[in-house]
Amino acid sequence: MATTLPERPATRPVGPRPRPGPESTRWETFSWWFFRVSGVALIFLAIIHLVIMHVTTDVSGTGYDFVAGRYANPFWRLYDLLLLTLALFHGLNGLRIILDDYISQRGVRLAVQSLLFLVAITFWLLGTITIVTFRPGVNIASALLGLLGR
Amino acid sequence: MYRGQSGHWSWLLHRITGLGVLLFLLVHIVDITLIGFGPKVYNDSIAIFSLPFVRVVSLALIASVLYHAFNGVRIIIVDFWPVGYKYQRALFYTALALSIICFIPMAFFVMAPVFGFCPQGLCDSTGQI
Repeated sequence: MATTLPERPATRPVGPRPRPGPESTRWETFSWWFFRVSGVALIFLAIIHLVIMHVTTDVSGTGYDFVAGRYANPFWRLYDLLLLTLALFHGLNGLRIILDDYISQRGVRLAVQSLLFLVAITFWLLGTITIVTFRPGVNIASALLGLLGR
Repeated sequence: MYRGQSGHWSWLLHRITGLGVLLFLLVHIVDITLIGFGPKVYNDSIAIFSLPFVRVVSLALIASVLYHAFNGVRIIIVDFWPVGYKYQRALFYTALALSIICFIPMAFFVMAPVFGFCPQGLCDSTGQI
């Protein structure tokens, strides 16, 4: 039975513009792997963190002295640094994926993704500075703000 | 055939719990920054976490992390196990069940101080530490 196929229209069909695809496939492949690898690590990092802060110690007992005791051991600083880094980038990359589902305009996407990148860097620096510079009895933030005020 | 099925719910819950945990993470990064201002400022801010209402919010966080973790494992299994897609619905219910099983004991430890019971020996739910 022979049927003739309708001719392909020369111009784009009328209707909503198709949403832009991912900018780079290689980047999206990296993102896909990053979700899975960081996700597996975070299962352990995040749940152990929750158990330490809410089960083995009551949250009311996790004050300054508790942190000072833990941070005397560099292992916990590294642990928290890894948790901070993986959780922040896993979460913000997830937010990027969600926003991409609702934003189809290329320009708006670029603006939103730039904003997300800025948020990622800002919060990562904030957390990292806190973890790395903590010294019991030293008010790092007050000292820094004092320097700025001078 | 997708809307309202287990695949739809697992996807929606994964998004909502992910967004919730991310929101908490951003707040949490700011609140730990306060440790740089010394013991008084930090302990006053941490005391908020021991209030009964905030403990209930912590339960939502714990439930979200557990579901997101177990459903994440389900996603990875479906991705990498060639016949995983056939069991995705069973895996979804497994993830839900594991989340609930892990949640109950954790919720007990979080809420016990509100009822004047301290399984860890030291606790407070008045925000006065």
